[in-house]
Amino acid sequence: MESSGNILFCGVGGQGILLASEITAHALLATGMDAKKSEVHGMAQRGGSVEAHLRYGKKVFSPLIEPGTADLLLAFEIMEALRYLPYLNKNSKVIVNTQRILPPAVATGKVLYPGNILEELADRGLTVVPVDGYEIAKNAGNAKAANVALVGALSSLMPIPEETFVDVIKQRVPARFLDVNLTVFQEGRKVGLAV
Amino acid sequence: MTKQESSLETLWLSGNEALALGAKESSVKVASGYPGTPSTEILENLTKYDEVYTEWAPNEKVGLEVAIGASFAGARALATMKHVGLNVAADPLFTASYTGIRGGLVIIVADDPTMHSSQNEQDSRNYAFAAKLPMLEPSDPAEAKEFIKIAYDLSEEFDTPVLLKSCTRVAHVKGIVASGATTTSRVEVGIEKSPAKFVMLPGNARQRRVVVAERQLQLSAFAETFAENKIEWGDRKRGFVTAGTSYLYVKEAFPEASVLKLGMVNPLPIALIKELADGVDELIIVEELDPFLETQIKAMGISCRGKELLPAIGEFNTAVVRQAISGEPGAAEFAPVELVPRPPNMCAGCPHRGLFYNLNRLKVFVSGDIGCYTLGYLPPLSAMDSCVCMGASIGVAHGMAKALGDEGKGKVVAVIGDSTFIHSGLNSLINTVYNKDYSTVILLDNRITAMTGHQPNPASGSTLMGEPANSIDFEQLCRAVGVKHVQTVNPHDIEATYKILKEEIGRDEPSVIITRFPCILIPSEKKRTKYPFHTDTDKCTGCTACLRLGCPAIQWQPMSEEEAVAQGRKKTQKGVARIDKATCVGCGQCLPLCKFEAIVKGEEK
Repeated sequence: MESSGNILFCGVGGQGILLASEITAHALLATGMDAKKSEVHGMAQRGGSVEAHLRYGKKVFSPLIEPGTADLLLAFEIMEALRYLPYLNKNSKVIVNTQRILPPAVATGKVLYPGNILEELADRGLTVVPVDGYEIAKNAGNAKAANVALVGALSSLMPIPEETFVDVIKQRVPARFLDVNLTVFQEGRKVGLAV
Repeated sequence: MTKQESSLETLWLSGNEALALGAKESSVKVASGYPGTPSTEILENLTKYDEVYTEWAPNEKVGLEVAIGASFAGARALATMKHVGLNVAADPLFTASYTGIRGGLVIIVADDPTMHSSQNEQDSRNYAFAAKLPMLEPSDPAEAKEFIKIAYDLSEEFDTPVLLKSCTRVAHVKGIVASGATTTSRVEVGIEKSPAKFVMLPGNARQRRVVVAERQLQLSAFAETFAENKIEWGDRKRGFVTAGTSYLYVKEAFPEASVLKLGMVNPLPIALIKELADGVDELIIVEELDPFLETQIKAMGISCRGKELLPAIGEFNTAVVRQAISGEPGAAEFAPVELVPRPPNMCAGCPHRGLFYNLNRLKVFVSGDIGCYTLGYLPPLSAMDSCVCMGASIGVAHGMAKALGDEGKGKVVAVIGDSTFIHSGLNSLINTVYNKDYSTVILLDNRITAMTGHQPNPASGSTLMGEPANSIDFEQLCRAVGVKHVQTVNPHDIEATYKILKEEIGRDEPSVIITRFPCILIPSEKKRTKYPFHTDTDKCTGCTACLRLGCPAIQWQPMSEEEAVAQGRKKTQKGVARIDKATCVGCGQCLPLCKFEAIVKGEEK
């Protein structure tokens, strides 16, 4: 597999970004890579914009991704994909959950939610993988598992065997949610493979 | 052992998990502290190890004093806090430097450059200098675990408390950590009196002051040979002196350069720094925030550059370090897009919202404090006018009342959460009563320390280790300090809260209003209403009264004039408010706000 890489996770506090980044990190660790992951806790978690940086390679020093160097962006909320644009370059792949979560100024009618986000990303030459994580997860029986749909799409773009991801999910997801999460993972993976 | 293991020996841990493991491997017996991002998870993770006693103290000063006491009794002890917490604990810190220790004593302080979740970005290294204490600074989780073990050995070898400086990018970074052997204390637990060492009367303190000066010399000599202060020779063009996370950025930006990595940032190894300086063409100091190393290195007569190149504000990353030093442009290809900001917001069903909605209606000056409720500052609630530090709200309100006199009557209130009140608000309430003013103190009692992730406090009824505990009776407590008017209200009840606020704010004497309802995120409180509220959009006139709550469950759906007319509405109607079923928890705050009966309890038909 690639000798090193940078994966950026972004979204809104409460979307399960930490679990998704943990599953990805453990799948990387299983390949014998060094890795570091940086998270932001605290105030931002109350519905604010949140991010997690995951870097892997033979030896990782900095836990933070430099602007312009993210290979993959997993955006758990569609507008957040655009917010983290400075981290990307033309070769970056962007997996976008098409779900909208309205920020306070939109929810209170002060401004409109921006349109054409996927087009804005594609116009910049980025490979965009839209995933309707909410719909996939709801159909599988638990809307809260939307984060794992994105991990499924991500897995299709990573040179890591599918079974490695599945094993990690089995280890990290509570038994009563496991079946739903595995279904959601597979559905997300299909979306990724189709692109 | 923790669940985070990938195998028996190699773990995947956050810096805070690694510090907890390191404390356990150092045979720490007693650990105390106060929650504060990014330090909170150290003690939470330490509860996994049955052999360690852990507790939440009411504030950082108490936490450090507990650790000092455990050390005096011969046990290895730990105190944890965020950077601003060390301000609170500074009083015992400076004198513990004089008394020294018996069992090893380590104080972990976690800085927050860029203020991800803090009110300032002070540099804790200055405390090590001012209190004349050694300070270690790890760069990642693996080092964090090793450095805390070194810190306990140093503490006992040099008879000193040791500061260990963490930061957001160590505490909340995950990395590969190897578990290791257990180290033990050189002393036995038990009472051993040494009053001349531990009673800091001036006569004793003057003698200990000399001991501290001697210890500083010994530590300076030790710094020269300390294995974690090391020069990594590379090319001789540039040499860097750096420590902590800054070292990581230097290694990525300038992998060929010579680097002195300081594991101990106080005191400094003068000879080692000179050795590097003499071996390179140019010496550059890379450190976040203050020019702490740079100022001292310049005072050594060594020529170097630091803050003239690198920012003194905010955290670094590889790009910041590279661009500042080499002038090379970064790799960024895409400019930021201007977007609607997404600030944090109080949760749907947050009891604080009902109070701040009413404070906004009353247009009073709200002297604020630190907690989730500081978000009451943001629109549309917009009901906080000052916020300085933990516990400041009540003292600030008192000072305003004294300055304003009769002019300010009925116009100033203080808001403070349960945990913050216990942390450092009670003294100020005593002052308000003793020195007589008219301010109204609102105690937002949500039964938990919510902002930092739901740590129990002395009002919660349980301890960090999960034991049932006394729960402070705030009503009795406030009366006991002399407050005559104490009322309690459920802040979800908008109208009752408004009525009580009107009553109490107008008084000539101090009063306390306790707004009591458990935080919606407490696991045992997560009983969502199965069928929460919904909007009957036919009845909604788009008046926007409900939007003034700023509840994330209530969402505005704009409509055009044509749509409004087509739906049989007034053509001036600009949209409708909808309640999001997945977000609403059924708290009911919005119900009395709608004068058109468009907000309805239960499932949407």
